[in-house]
Amino acid sequence: MIAPDSEAPNVALERDPAGAAVVRIGGRWRLRRGMPATEPIERALEAAGARALRFDAAAVGPWDSSLVGFVVRLEEFCRARNIAVERGALPEGLARMVALAQAVPENRDARARSDAAPLLDRVGAATIAKFAAISNFTEFLGETAIALARMATGRARFRRSDLLEAIQACGANAFAIVTLISYLVGVILAFMGAIQLQQFGAAIYVADLVAIGMVREMGAMMTGIIMSGRTGAAFAAQLGTMKVTQELDALATMGVSPMEFLTAPRVVALVLMMPLLCLYADVVGILGGATVGVVMLRLSLQAYLRESIAAILPATLVGGLVKSAVYGALIALAGCYEGFKCGDSSSAVGDAATRAVVAAIVAIVVACGMFAVLFNILGI
Amino acid sequence: MANPLANPVKSSAGAAARPVHIKVRGLTMAFGSFVVMRDLNFTVRHGEIFIIMGGSGCGKSTLMRHLIGLIEPAAGEIYYDGANFTAAAPEERDTMLRRCGVLYQSGALWSSMTLAENVGLPLGEFTDLAPGEIREIASLKLALVGLKGFEDYYPNQVSGGMQKRAGLARAIALDPAALFLDEPSAGLDPVSSNLLDELILELRDSLGTTIVIVTHELASIFAIGDNSVFLDAEIHAMGAFGNPKELRDHSDNPRVRRFLTRGAINLETAPQDG
Repeated sequence: MIAPDSEAPNVALERDPAGAAVVRIGGRWRLRRGMPATEPIERALEAAGARALRFDAAAVGPWDSSLVGFVVRLEEFCRARNIAVERGALPEGLARMVALAQAVPENRDARARSDAAPLLDRVGAATIAKFAAISNFTEFLGETAIALARMATGRARFRRSDLLEAIQACGANAFAIVTLISYLVGVILAFMGAIQLQQFGAAIYVADLVAIGMVREMGAMMTGIIMSGRTGAAFAAQLGTMKVTQELDALATMGVSPMEFLTAPRVVALVLMMPLLCLYADVVGILGGATVGVVMLRLSLQAYLRESIAAILPATLVGGLVKSAVYGALIALAGCYEGFKCGDSSSAVGDAATRAVVAAIVAIVVACGMFAVLFNILGI
Repeated sequence: MANPLANPVKSSAGAAARPVHIKVRGLTMAFGSFVVMRDLNFTVRHGEIFIIMGGSGCGKSTLMRHLIGLIEPAAGEIYYDGANFTAAAPEERDTMLRRCGVLYQSGALWSSMTLAENVGLPLGEFTDLAPGEIREIASLKLALVGLKGFEDYYPNQVSGGMQKRAGLARAIALDPAALFLDEPSAGLDPVSSNLLDELILELRDSLGTTIVIVTHELASIFAIGDNSVFLDAEIHAMGAFGNPKELRDHSDNPRVRRFLTRGAINLETAPQDG
């Protein structure tokens, strides 16, 4: 009864003496080689106006899901046209699989989900979502403030080792990348200044330009951008993964506030470390400028550094460090906020990390603009 | 697909007559210097429902991960249909693994794809089916596990039990000759768990699939297990090999009987027949 193994799946529609339609199935049915179409059989059934159908599977060789799929498809066609199907002659296992595939009725509610809402609906829903996001973020800010206040008064529940780990992760471990970037920024600033200032024989003022530029703006800004890519994304991914694996729920049900336990140490760590990194970036940036000054402009290192130090007013230095602390807070808040509102799938964790970086960089640039206006008014 | 699908196995009777599918010889599993299990020897026959059982943390899932090549053995070999899997080249291994389906403990569905896309991915990669046919076969597989109509749902939009069933649909997408299930009924209610057992039996009876199950659900073990291996965490070696019911009643290892009777047998007393 087994057909030769080399035979491809074949199907034919015939009529038995009693006038019923017979679908004769034969050959090897292998999913990886594809599935024969049911359309020719369906067209023939329509043309013959058959009212009943039975199978003849005597010539079927080894079979798999492709045959199950074929029979299920044919039966669905027959059901739609009120053609009675006699399944008895199918191999026993096949008949059982077909029965199993049709045992559970289709969940109609499941399929009937609306996917195309009118434009006005979608605009409205998006607007409502934006407002909800604003109120969510405000709530998050408030909760963070409360957690920080509790931490300051020593009432917050968190692990000191977590705080130290966060300090290491966003402080010491960021040294190499901050060194590289701020050195290059110093070099770039010096080159830009040198081209203009050399024309006036005022090459020594490159030192002023680099020193003021680094200390006032670029030190804090570049450290902020590095840290949002490095640490902000890590915070979002960590907390997002904790959300996916229900670790956040485990904390909350234990009566430990995730804000105190997770957000507060991260915010504190970044706010403490950012000014230090910024100060370091300032120094390295000035050294980068000095390299250009000494090698290209033939200035003496001593003169360059003396000019740099003279250019930096204490208020400028403090202003830059304050800015960096604020940037640190913005990065930590963006990272933690996006982590907490992460969806519950692995792709959502990636989205959260991306959004955290984008939000942090936008916030840093906006804050930088606001500081520029503020410092101008204060005359710093 | 080496198993004769045209002649599905109808019952567990005459098990010894069926050809050996998976053979484990002298398998030692270790993480560094910590030996999890030493010198495991057992065989799984075609069309058999084979249970890997043992207490929590004894290395059941680790054994399964060895069988599907996710962990390399510290010693010993694994054979599929007589071919050495452990010593096989990577491409040969991939070919052998394509005849295996795996259901991971938590479903491990790809969360950025719908259920139909999850089931359809192996079909798209390893068959010549057209996209419409892939969708159709994926729907069929989902229908087999009772998820008809949920094709366009994402894994996080359905319940844990449904994720597990969708994971099973993905595992059987390519009609594997061997199906590995890691704790399939963990986290399911008794009724769903029973339905899953029936589904497993149905798959074996109609397609002749060899099914290897890691579990410690006694009800399932007795309901569907043809043969089993008990991993004894105390001696870090195989505690018993055989039909679960017979082991419960006649095993000479008291820890095996204790496990299979939910601790109702006192280890200190003499063996008693149930």
